[in-house]
Amino acid sequence: MHTGRRLAIVAITAAVMAGLIVWYVAGFLTVSPPAVSPRTTKGAQPTAQLTLQTVAGLGDGFTQPTWVSYLVKNSSGQWKHSTVFDLPAHALVHVTVYQYDGASGLRNAFLARPQGVVGDTMTVDGKTLTALDPEDASHTFAVAAYHLVVPLAAVPDDAKNQCENAPCTLAEAHRTITFSFRTGKPGKYRWQCFVPCAAGFIYGFGGPMQTIGYMDGFLNVA
Amino acid sequence: MNAVAVHTSRSPVRRLLGFNLLSAVVLGAVGYYVGWWLGHQIHATSLDYFGDTSQNDVALFLAYFVGTIGFLGGLGLLNYPLSRMAGRPASADHHEEDHRGWTRYIGFSTDHKVVGLQYLIGIGFFVFFGGINAMLIRFELLRPSPNVFPAGQYLTLVGLHGTMMMGMMTSGILGPFGSYFVPLMIGARRLAFPRIEALTFWLLMVAGVFLTSTVFYGGFPTGWTGYAPLDDQANMGMDSYIVFFALVGISMTLLAFNMLATVITMRAPGLSWGRLPIFVWSVVATAVLNVLAAPVLVTTLLLVLLDRTAQTGFFLSTQGGSQYLYENLFWVFGHPEVYILALPGFGIVLELLPVFARKPLWGYRLAVAGLLGVTLLSFTVWQHHLFVSGLNASLRPFYMLSTELISIPTGFIFVCAMGTLWRGKIRYDVPMLFCLAWVFNFFIGGLSGVFLSDVPSDVTTHGSFFSMAHFHYTIMGGLVFTFFAAIYYWLPKMTGIQLNDVLGKIHFWVMFIAFNSTFFPLFAVGFLGQPRRVVTYPAHLQFLNDWVSVSAFVLGASMLVFVANLVWSLVFARIPAEANPWEAKSLEWQVPTPVPSYNFERIPVIDSDPYPYGEPAPQMPTPALTPAVTPTGR
Amino acid sequence: MVATLLVIFVLGPHLPPGKGSAQAAGQVTDNTVLTAIMTPIICLIVVYFAYVLIVFRRRGDDTEEGVAIRGNPRVQTLWIAGTSALVIFLAGYGTWALLQSGSGGGQGPAPIAVPRGPKLPVQVIAQQWQFTYRYPTFGGLETSQLVLPADRMIEFHVTSLDAVHSFWAYGLGVKADANLGTDNVVYVKTRAPRSVDIHCAELCGLWHGYMFDKGQIVSSPAFVAWIGQQQKVFRSIAKYMPPYRTSYAPMPQRRAG
Repeated sequence: MHTGRRLAIVAITAAVMAGLIVWYVAGFLTVSPPAVSPRTTKGAQPTAQLTLQTVAGLGDGFTQPTWVSYLVKNSSGQWKHSTVFDLPAHALVHVTVYQYDGASGLRNAFLARPQGVVGDTMTVDGKTLTALDPEDASHTFAVAAYHLVVPLAAVPDDAKNQCENAPCTLAEAHRTITFSFRTGKPGKYRWQCFVPCAAGFIYGFGGPMQTIGYMDGFLNVA
Repeated sequence: MNAVAVHTSRSPVRRLLGFNLLSAVVLGAVGYYVGWWLGHQIHATSLDYFGDTSQNDVALFLAYFVGTIGFLGGLGLLNYPLSRMAGRPASADHHEEDHRGWTRYIGFSTDHKVVGLQYLIGIGFFVFFGGINAMLIRFELLRPSPNVFPAGQYLTLVGLHGTMMMGMMTSGILGPFGSYFVPLMIGARRLAFPRIEALTFWLLMVAGVFLTSTVFYGGFPTGWTGYAPLDDQANMGMDSYIVFFALVGISMTLLAFNMLATVITMRAPGLSWGRLPIFVWSVVATAVLNVLAAPVLVTTLLLVLLDRTAQTGFFLSTQGGSQYLYENLFWVFGHPEVYILALPGFGIVLELLPVFARKPLWGYRLAVAGLLGVTLLSFTVWQHHLFVSGLNASLRPFYMLSTELISIPTGFIFVCAMGTLWRGKIRYDVPMLFCLAWVFNFFIGGLSGVFLSDVPSDVTTHGSFFSMAHFHYTIMGGLVFTFFAAIYYWLPKMTGIQLNDVLGKIHFWVMFIAFNSTFFPLFAVGFLGQPRRVVTYPAHLQFLNDWVSVSAFVLGASMLVFVANLVWSLVFARIPAEANPWEAKSLEWQVPTPVPSYNFERIPVIDSDPYPYGEPAPQMPTPALTPAVTPTGR
Repeated sequence: MVATLLVIFVLGPHLPPGKGSAQAAGQVTDNTVLTAIMTPIICLIVVYFAYVLIVFRRRGDDTEEGVAIRGNPRVQTLWIAGTSALVIFLAGYGTWALLQSGSGGGQGPAPIAVPRGPKLPVQVIAQQWQFTYRYPTFGGLETSQLVLPADRMIEFHVTSLDAVHSFWAYGLGVKADANLGTDNVVYVKTRAPRSVDIHCAELCGLWHGYMFDKGQIVSSPAFVAWIGQQQKVFRSIAKYMPPYRTSYAPMPQRRAG
């Protein structure tokens, strides 16, 4: 065989292999949801207003229409499907969660005690609470590094006007939970849900419970 | 169906339409979609949960199974059994005499020499991808906080790396070198079951593709061990793991039975068990482990499959099953598995040392005893993987003893290697360098194993980077180095072309130094408290981790040197190799290069072991006086 | 010889996991013994190979063959006897060390090495993906952080609510798998106040790599004060808590829906 032809064959094979590798690596890199910045104020005591909603199933138009998920409001007030939030360091974060899902109950009752938040309390529909009935928990918002856990109260199963498609509106049946917490030094902190809310998975802990972008995410504190 | 193999006399169009890789891929894809569709037609109350998850495991399993059958059918593997079942007479065509030119390497071939090379290329390809995963893992670990890969993707990378390497390299020696050289070393004209040999190779390739396809189904989070109940929580990507390992298990079992049948029944006259090349002994020992251990894996995975689809609860403690049952079954396979990886390496080292030290193998019987001793003992040690699991605390002393006992037969191998070098005339060719590296690496691997086998010490080292460093020393340092020794040693016979010596030496030294620089610091990392399979680690371990990552990249680069050597030597330089470049006295080097399709004109008669180096009258294998009878009965 | 002494007296005290507890100190001793035994073996092997690889190398293009020695019964017997004796000794020593108090390893629901005297029971509950702790002698108090009194014999009961985890308190030399439905018992005698790194050492899913925390060993008065403070936090959830048990079977037991 001619050297030129050999060279061509080797070059083509190498190019194909390199292409395969790039495609393969890119596949691993491009799955993370984009980070969303909520509304923040700067100053001596920076603050952030983090507004979230949780839906039982994302509904039409999403990759996983049957999966339970969080959504977040960006700085211009639009709902985004992401669980990665940018937050300022050493800031007071006010969180409002509109909760549209029914109860699944906590596997560990202790996590129904709000902790790691300002005053160790939360408000549910305007009422201040220091504990929730663990059976009545639909989800939790928990940041392990801050030892932060807040249980989210459920919408009753027989409530009218249940939300079908994300993003849900305030006209649909929901519970409103508010609490505040302080961020510390810069870093990337994971957060998760503790309620076994992934329908169809063993112990309720597969699928959305183990996929960033649904029931797990990061706080990018900077 | 037509049982006649494709011949070169056909026109190119006709050749495209026959049973070949193209038709196999097409039928495989068709089968895949048929299975997928079939899975969605099945309705049962117990499967209602599919509706909640939009993940239909039944469909994916059926897709994989029907796809596999379609692929094998398209390749032509079913032609012969089907035609026999239809009552047609056994075909007279000799598959060993394959006239398809280079295209026989991309199709169904029953020539053990073709299958050997197919194995080498196929395994090499998938192991290369397994290595890329390792590079990505080390890239992520450059920084203590999350870097580039999200946590879930990182776990998939870890799982893909471990599973691919374990699954492929279990056949890493028996597949390529066992298939190619066992018949040559025992004076046989073929393997006992040539069609099954081809089947084992193609099953492994199908398995490799399936495992890679896990990235389309969300990956799997369990690493190569697949512990329950995490495997039950996982996405559909877990099914890829299950089917992969099951196919690998079937392939391993069949390959091993084939090797055993060949060695037991097809040895040349005079080749008594006491004269068998030590490499063949290691193949026998490995094959025994394979046939006893791999079926356990296949069965276990079948139970996992049922847990995931039919809602059984074999491994769920809340359903009357037990995750300990999975751990036990997995390691009943898993510990022999690591010796399935290690034993052929022992065989290669002891086979090559006499050639390059120009001395007979020192302590042949001790070496055989070592191989068989490891084989036997490796079935009694598995619970040392469960020393802190809370299972059978009263059996800890027993498993500690049995685990440490296994170092006695391993020590036999070691002392035989040491004795073989004594008063030799050591030639430092590339294969020899890799064998000596095995001695060094396996020594460290073995000594670090003592810490893991000792329960008090294991409490800290268990599940840490220490154990990870340990098994990389034994498997990569033990198996992969001997794999390269075998490539540099035997490839000239397999291809008829010399490999470049300078590039080979560069490859060796870069790989050897980078390997130790990668894995030795990991003992410290583990001792200092970094658990395995983590995507983050304490900040004070960053220097060590960065050191390891950079070394790992160099280690990866050494593989590129090897690829460059292959491309340069095989594609451009193409310097014909001598028939016996190493002046070896074993049988496989006495046949001409390229090896004739029937290996031996006449079946040789053996009157010594293959290591008569330095003995007064070299006893070469002599041809039999009468032509041997061609084995029949296919 | 020199190397062995160096290993015992210079390297030994620095071997992990440190002397944060009696069990961890025991592991350090164990590691020192193992390393000390290995040192002369390593030296011998290294010297042998250095000698052999240099002295018995081929010189130039010498085609001469080596000496056809096919074995040496005396060397072989000696080797077998030597390695066997070593192995039996190691297994005997390891068993002896293990039976002292379990060496900080998880012994399951029926421990074989139980230290005498009073013990403070502390339950470690692993779940995806956090450890929480229950103190049965303090009214079943549950906390999200591990705090232990100094100089006390602790009886850990490790269990899981879902997948397999492994509770690894590095500085205490403690490791025990956490399994759903299983009580894995560990004994550890704490020493002076310090902080302890805690990791999960068994792959447990998405956040396995993030399942770490710091525990504290504090003086007895500080421990009592901390318990009091935690009991205040705990009060509001106490009525919802299940009674303390060595393992739990929380809902859902199978697929959630």
